[in-house]
Parts: sequence; C-alpha cells; structure tokens
Amino acid sequence: MFSLLRSMWLVFLHMFHKRETYQYPEERAPLPARWRGRIALTRDPDGGERCVGCYLCAAACPVDCISLQATEDEHGRRYPEFFRINFSRCIFCGFCEEACPTYAIQLLPDFEMAEYNRQNLVYEKENLLINSEGKYPGYNYYRVAGMAIDGKAKGEAEHEEPPVDIKSLLP
Amino acid sequence: MAIIHIDGKSYEVKEGKNLLETCLSLGLDLPYFCWHPALGSVGACRQCAVKSFKDEKDTKGKLIMSCMEPVKDQLRISVSDKEAAAFREQVIGWLMTNHPHDCAVCDEGGSCHLQDMTVMTGHSYRNYHFSKRTYKNQYLGPFLNHEMNRCIQCYRCVRFYKDFAGGKDLDVFAAHNHVYFGRYKEGTLESEFSGNLAEVCPTGVFTDKTLKQHYTRKWDMTYAPSICQGCGLGCNIIAGERYGSLRQISSRYNGAVNGYFLCDRGRYGYEFVNSERRIREVAIRGLMDHAIDPGAALQYLQDKLPPGRTIGIGSPRASLESNFVLQQLVGEDNFYLGMSDAEHDLATLALKILKNGPVRTPSMQEAATADAVLILGEDLLNTAPMMALSVRQAVRKQPLQDAMNTTHVPAWQDAAVREAMQDKHGPFYILHIQPTGLDEIATRTYHTAPDNITRIGFAVSQLLGAPVAAVKDLSEEEQQLAQAIADALLAAERPLIIAGYGCGCEGTMREAANISWALQQKGKAAMLVLTTPECNSLGLEMLGSHRLETAVNAVLDGDIDTVIILENDLYRRLDRHIADQFFQHCKEVVLLDHLYNATAEKATVLLPAGTFAESDGTLVNNEGRAQRFFQVFAGSGVVQESWRWLLQLGAATNNARLKNLVYLDDVTQALARSAAIFAGIDHLTPPADFRIAGQKIPREPHRYSGRTAMLANVNVSEPKPPEDADTALSFTMEGYRGEPPSSMIPFFWWPGWNSVQSINKFQTEVGCSLHDGDSGKRLIEPKANGQAPYFSYSPDNFVPLAGHLMLVPLYHIFGSEELSVHTPAVAERMPAPYILLNPEDAQRYQVVESHQLQLSVNGHPYTFTVKTDARLHKGMAGIPVGLPGIDVVGVPVLAKL
Repeated sequence: MFSLLRSMWLVFLHMFHKRETYQYPEERAPLPARWRGRIALTRDPDGGERCVGCYLCAAACPVDCISLQATEDEHGRRYPEFFRINFSRCIFCGFCEEACPTYAIQLLPDFEMAEYNRQNLVYEKENLLINSEGKYPGYNYYRVAGMAIDGKAKGEAEHEEPPVDIKSLLP
Repeated sequence: MAIIHIDGKSYEVKEGKNLLETCLSLGLDLPYFCWHPALGSVGACRQCAVKSFKDEKDTKGKLIMSCMEPVKDQLRISVSDKEAAAFREQVIGWLMTNHPHDCAVCDEGGSCHLQDMTVMTGHSYRNYHFSKRTYKNQYLGPFLNHEMNRCIQCYRCVRFYKDFAGGKDLDVFAAHNHVYFGRYKEGTLESEFSGNLAEVCPTGVFTDKTLKQHYTRKWDMTYAPSICQGCGLGCNIIAGERYGSLRQISSRYNGAVNGYFLCDRGRYGYEFVNSERRIREVAIRGLMDHAIDPGAALQYLQDKLPPGRTIGIGSPRASLESNFVLQQLVGEDNFYLGMSDAEHDLATLALKILKNGPVRTPSMQEAATADAVLILGEDLLNTAPMMALSVRQAVRKQPLQDAMNTTHVPAWQDAAVREAMQDKHGPFYILHIQPTGLDEIATRTYHTAPDNITRIGFAVSQLLGAPVAAVKDLSEEEQQLAQAIADALLAAERPLIIAGYGCGCEGTMREAANISWALQQKGKAAMLVLTTPECNSLGLEMLGSHRLETAVNAVLDGDIDTVIILENDLYRRLDRHIADQFFQHCKEVVLLDHLYNATAEKATVLLPAGTFAESDGTLVNNEGRAQRFFQVFAGSGVVQESWRWLLQLGAATNNARLKNLVYLDDVTQALARSAAIFAGIDHLTPPADFRIAGQKIPREPHRYSGRTAMLANVNVSEPKPPEDADTALSFTMEGYRGEPPSSMIPFFWWPGWNSVQSINKFQTEVGCSLHDGDSGKRLIEPKANGQAPYFSYSPDNFVPLAGHLMLVPLYHIFGSEELSVHTPAVAERMPAPYILLNPEDAQRYQVVESHQLQLSVNGHPYTFTVKTDARLHKGMAGIPVGLPGIDVVGVPVLAKL
C-alpha cells in the first residue's frame, strides 16, 4: 500500500521536473559535431572536390555499400566519375571517414534521411557532394601529395624541393 | 643438400642458391627490393639483412645481405635478430624519406611491394622532417605511366629492361641522390616487353596506363586464370573485371610457359572485350524492328540447318570446345577448319613434324636453357614475342657458363657475372627475309628469300649428317654460313632450332625439323620450336578436318544452304573477291562472334559469343600444351560462350551427337573420348564439382568492395550473384580462402604480400614450379627411338621474275593480330599500311619512298604506300599481313605489276 502511494507521489513530482523529451520535429536535439550521421563529400579550401577516388572508403565499409569509379582530369587531378552510397545498407559506423586520406568523406550530425521509397536511399555523387570543407577546414590533400595537378607543378607542394635538374653535376 | 640453422631451427636446403631465395622458399618473410627471382641479386637495397653467426658459441654475429650470401652447409643465421630487424627498419626509413604522400592517388596502392615491405619491417613513423626531392616525369608512350617521385632507386627497371629484355631506351641518368630512371628524352618506350616494368617496379614509378583509363584497385577486381589470345605461345594471364568491363591483364606465373613476364601485346591487347564494336544482341537479317530473344533465334534456326546441306567453319582463335561442338553439330564431314590455305598447310606440317619426329619441342622456359640457337625465317619479336625473350636468355648461356667457370661466381650474382661476360653472346644465327630485333645479339644474320633460307637450312642438315642430297648452286657465302652454323650447333649441348609461320614458307619448318633431327642423331639434346599464328591453331589442326577452300567450292557448287561460322572473319582467311562470292551463294550465314567485322556484315543470323573473358575453354599452344582459360565475368545480356550457343542449337535441332552435353565438363569429356590425342584434356583443371572444405574458389579477393552499392542505381534490391555451373570457381568473394590448385589460381595474394611478389608463396621453390605442378598438359611427346622422317625436297634458288614481285609476309607485334588492335593504346603503336621494296626494285618500277604502288594479286588490283629497305632481297616485297587496311590474303603470293 505504501509503495503504491510512494510511486504515485514520485510520478506527481515529475510534473515539476525539467522535461527530457524533445518535441521533435518542432524542437531539435543538439547533436555533437562528431555525431555520425549523414555522409557527405566535402571540398578543398579552393573549392575542388576533395575525393581522389582512392577506394579506401569502399574497402573499409563493412557492409560494402560504397561504390565508385576513379577518373582523372586532363591535368592529372583525380576525382570520382561516380560515387554511390546505398544508405539502405549503411550502418553509419564511420569507418569510411577514418579510412579517407583526404578528409573528403565525412559523417555529419544529421539523421533526417528517411524515405518512403527505398530506391531513394541510393545517393549518387550529386546528392553527396556539399559546398563546404566540413569538419576539417584548411586541409588540401594535393598541397602535400607529390602529384602535379593544375595550378601546382612538381616541387610546389609543401615540404618539397624544386624538381631535380638531372643534367647538373653539382653534388 | 646442406643443413642451415635459422633462428635455432635446422632446415635441409639446396646448396649454391642465395640465402634470400632459400629463406623465401622456406616460407619465411624477409623483405627485399632489388632482388627479383628472374633478375638475380645485386645487393643494392640493403633491405634483406640478416645476422650470421660463426658457430654455436658466437652470440654477437654480423649483419650480412642475404641476397648476396651463398647457402653453405652449417650456416647459422638469424632473421628475427633484434639488430637485423632494426637495421631493416632503418633502411626502409631511409628509402621512404623522399617517397611522396601519394598512396591515395597511386595506381600501385593495394598491390605495392613497398607498402608490403614497409609494414613487414615495422617502419611506421617518419623521422625525416625536411623537404622531399621531386622529379619531372616523362611521357613514355601509351602503355606506361611515369611518376618518378616515387622511385626508391632499386634499379630493377633498368635491370629488367636493358639486361633482361635487351631494351635500349630506358636508362639511369644523373648522379648521387639525384639518379633518374627514364628515357634520354620523352617518347614511347620501344621494347616489346615494356609493360613488365609495371610489375617489376616495386612501387608506383611505372604503372599500367590502360588500367588508369578505368582504374580499379587490385582488391576490387573479379579475377580468373586465363590464357593469352595474342599469339600461339599461350602465356598464362590473370584477367580482372569490374563493373562489367575488363580492366587489366597481368602475368600469371607458370614455371614452364611464360615465367614471370608477358609481352605488351598480351598485356595491353585486351580492350576488344570492352569495344563498342561488340555484338551484344541476337540479330536476324530482315527482322530489324524488334529485339530478338535467344529462344526465338534458335526456333528460327531450327529448320534452317538441313543435315548434309549445312556446314560449319571453325576458327583457330576459338576454344577447342567451341570448335568440337560445332564439328559435332554439323558432323565431321561438314566441318571445315577456318584457316587460310597457307596457314592450313603450315599448321598441318607443324603437327606432323611434332607428332612424328623424335625431337622434343620445348616450353618457353626450357627453350631459355638452350646454348646455341638457330632461327630460320622467323621475326620472333613480332610473331612470338615471349619466345624472343627466352632466346635472349639462351644466348647468354654459353658466356655465362664461361664466366662462372673462370670467376667462380654463381649465376645469381647478376652484376658480377654480367661484368665478367661483358658483351659476349653464345652462338646465335638468324636467317630471315629482313632484319629483326634480335639481330644485334646474333653471331651472324643473313637476309634472303624464304627459298634461299630453306636451301641454307638444307645444306646445314646435310652437313650435320642428315641423309639428304647435297644442295646445288649454293653461293660461297651461303656455303660458309651453312658450315659455320653446322659447326656451332655441333659444338653445343642443347641446340635450339626455331622456325614457324614467320615467312609463310613450309620449307623453313621442314629444314628446322631436319636439322634438329640430325642433331638428335648426333647425340645432342636438340630442341625444335615451331611457332603458330593464333592461340589455338595447333588445337584446331589436332581436331582436324577439311580445308576452307573445299568449303568454298562446295558452296559455289550450290551444294550448301547454311554456313555456321564460328568466331572467324573469313575476310582475313580468303581473298576478298572469293569471300564475296562465297557469301552470295549461301542462303543462311550464321555467325557466332564477339566483334562486328566484315563477315558479320554478310551474316543473316548473328549470335553474340563471349570473348575469352566471358567464356571457359581450352587452347593448345605451339608446344602442344593444352591449357584451360576460365570465364572472368558473366557476359552481359544474352552474350554466352560459343559452345553453349552451339549446344543449344544442337538441342533445338535434336542433334543426337550433342545429346546430354550441357556443361563444360560434359564437352571436355566428350572431346577427350573423341580422339586419342585429346586424352586427359578433361583433367586439365579440377571438375565443376571440385570443392575445398566444401567450398568453391572465389574469383574475388576478400576485400572486394561495393557489393551492395554497385548495382543499387538500377535497383536497390541486390540481384542474386551469377552462378558458375561450369567450373569450381565462384563469381563472388565467398569461398575457400587458402591456396587453390595451381591450374585455377584466380589471383596471387598472401597475408602480408599484396603485390605480385606474393608468387613466391605459391611456388615449391622460388622461380620453380607452382605447388602442385605447372598447369597445362602436353598433348604431343616426341617419338622416342623413332625414325626421323627426313624431308628431302629442296627448292631452287630464288630468282626474281620480271614484272612480278614475290609478296612475303611481315609481322608487327602491334597490328598483325586481329583482336588486339581494338585497344586504342595498341592501335597507337600500329604502323600505317605499306609495302616494303628493295630500292633497286623501287627504282625499276619508278617509285620512291611514300609513293603509291599498284599491284595485281590474283587478277585484282591493290595499292600500297612504298617503303624501301636495301636488305630485302630483290624481286620480293614485304607486306604487313593482318594489319587493318591490308586485305591481301594468302601471302606469300606472286604479284604482277
């Protein structure tokens, strides 16, 4: 009898507590920056696509839901010809982000991806590519890689010497 | 045998090899860069350091480079010694100081020896904080990509390109820490074996440029063991597919056939599989308005194949299975070999010589052990390129032996023996109609007409004691040459004689056989190589049947209604005008092929056949070795193997001979029963129900990615993966992960060894055969103790005929083969059509270089652009046969001006 009344009393007290329930969708939960949600492809500080089509995200993906095809522009810069994520398979583990050597693929704090039609969960590059550097501003893979691309010749990257003059006899 | 002690354990190993090789053969993981099993040791990279101890009491030991240390009895070493391990890690740290931050954009990534070795040594943090050295790259032609920044200066590229393959235009430049591997100036790499640099280079300096057009990582491809279709040698290849297109060809090690390497035609000539000219739908002439499903086509053909009025034309570029099923479908009497008359004669002769003669025809690796070589009328680099690589090694044998005897250095001490050998070459004679790429290492070359080559060959065989009559009217020079060749061959232990289809002349083959037989009777271990033009020429000849011209006559006589043509472009086999007539007289022409060609233009029914990448089958190479190739991926839409189309056609027409044949194993078993020569052909590879631990062998590596996304754009529900009912390979990544039988290894991978260097884990001993023997079965063995059926006919001296030119065939590695020219990169290397004349003839006919010359062959006019070469015999003209734009067929032939 006592415990019954005690429970009723406790429930009654809760009416005066701070509410934990969010009135979603009118009210939204604040998500931390490293929350693993919607996957996006980000861009370099200079606006170029960060993804170089190295296939590491696809290899790391435990459900094999990423597929892409690498290609190259006329100046040697690589980019994905297509980049597809099947979100109906994705488990948002974030391994792709960990594997990415160029900070291109990033998991963002957004989970509102539900669809009525499963086919709409298949995202192509145009659905994934955003106009932002995402969580890692300032990083530009081609500034540290040795490949020459448009606007960065050999020897112009960070920590690089100018190309060797192979006809020189100087020590 | 010697006993050596590694880390306290004793092993019994072969003496005389180097320690690195021995450790790898024992299955130990020891990093290396500059050493390569085919190239030997130079001790340059300091990566394979181990500790060696004087005796049991020695605890201090000293560091040695294992690749430079010969194996001796009671050797005590430690691989896992702390100091040795630290040394190896240091060395790789130094190698990595200038290596760029490139792996993500490097085509080698995922199959990179440098990555593997870095992980193996445990080097994980960069201690070097200064700036990196950079280089400018070079354009190296359509086959290879150059990214010099990645170089770790192991020197393997120049050692392969210059020392092993005899290339001239790749070298090392500059000095000290600026050394540069490239050409003296930008341009196409000229060697026929340049593509191997992509496999030889331990990192991404040289990478496959055609792969880059549709780049896929090693772990992402579906692979199958296959056989090269580029020439008659049957090199083993691994073909890789992704997203329904063939992506890459790499070498599949076979200790008897091609060893570690491939020629550029074999490596790059694969893109016809992805060509836009592929036949992908069933087509029936006159029914253009709707797509025809295979069932409807078979129904349409049901009453179009009247027995007795239907003939089948086989093909030397189709598998034995397809040819056999066609033969059974139409009946043996109505089956014709789809070879031109000249090819047919040569193939018949080759098979006769190999079957009836007492001399063994060697595999390519055996040929490389010869110590004297004679080539009769063959431009090997263009007709059988990988054999030329073997000949290069054979020519080194004698000076190598001398060097080893005088300096007492083992053969694997590459730099030392090359220094001792200098530029010496063993006895090597080439008789051909024009200069060849091997001339530079030949003792003597002689350029003359095919008939004269035959005559010299005849004289040599007579000098060697063959029971043949002496050749009359040999010039003094020719007599001396014959004597020199005979003396050189007699002085050798293992002389190798090579002839074949190279100058379209039976005489050279006959004389090569005579010479080898005479040598055999003198007690020599003689070897005879006869080249064949296409990947299954010899197999088709073994199947045997009527000549193509008989088929033409039968059709022109009106005895035939329907012709079934199997993977063959008859315009490459018959004179254009005869072929036109032939097709006019046929009521139905059923063509099974994969590329739209001139014959497809005439066909009334087109059935889309699978290429080698979409089919299973067996090919017989020039050595008589039957080898199986496996389907890489399921053909798109209605594309299927030719033999399956023909089996379905057989079922539709209730053919009794094809009853109960459904799967590949049924066909191979029926083939094995059909003739004694094919006995055992059904056991080339394990049967379809073969399982290891209850599992199939997966075609895809365990890291294969994108399974649930690659087709999601079509439908988010994934389709069931295709099943392979014909073989024990599966199209998925599920299956047995251990080592498959050697005849069906889809790709080489081993834990810790992602690159192609993992091959050493699959070999009984480094550089020897694969674990359960090299795949393939020789169908012909020489007749031991048999009588040599000497040929006694010798032609007359070649005399130019006034107003005529004798057209002789010239071959090009890039261009002469029908399918490889559909690779854009190969087409780029193809010469423009031409006719080669002696300058005196050119003057006589009042043409100069690049002028047009009109000729009449069999009464039909042809026009060619003139090239001249004084080394071509007068009265002859060279024609680059098979080249697109050259439609003269049946060379050698006399042309009128």
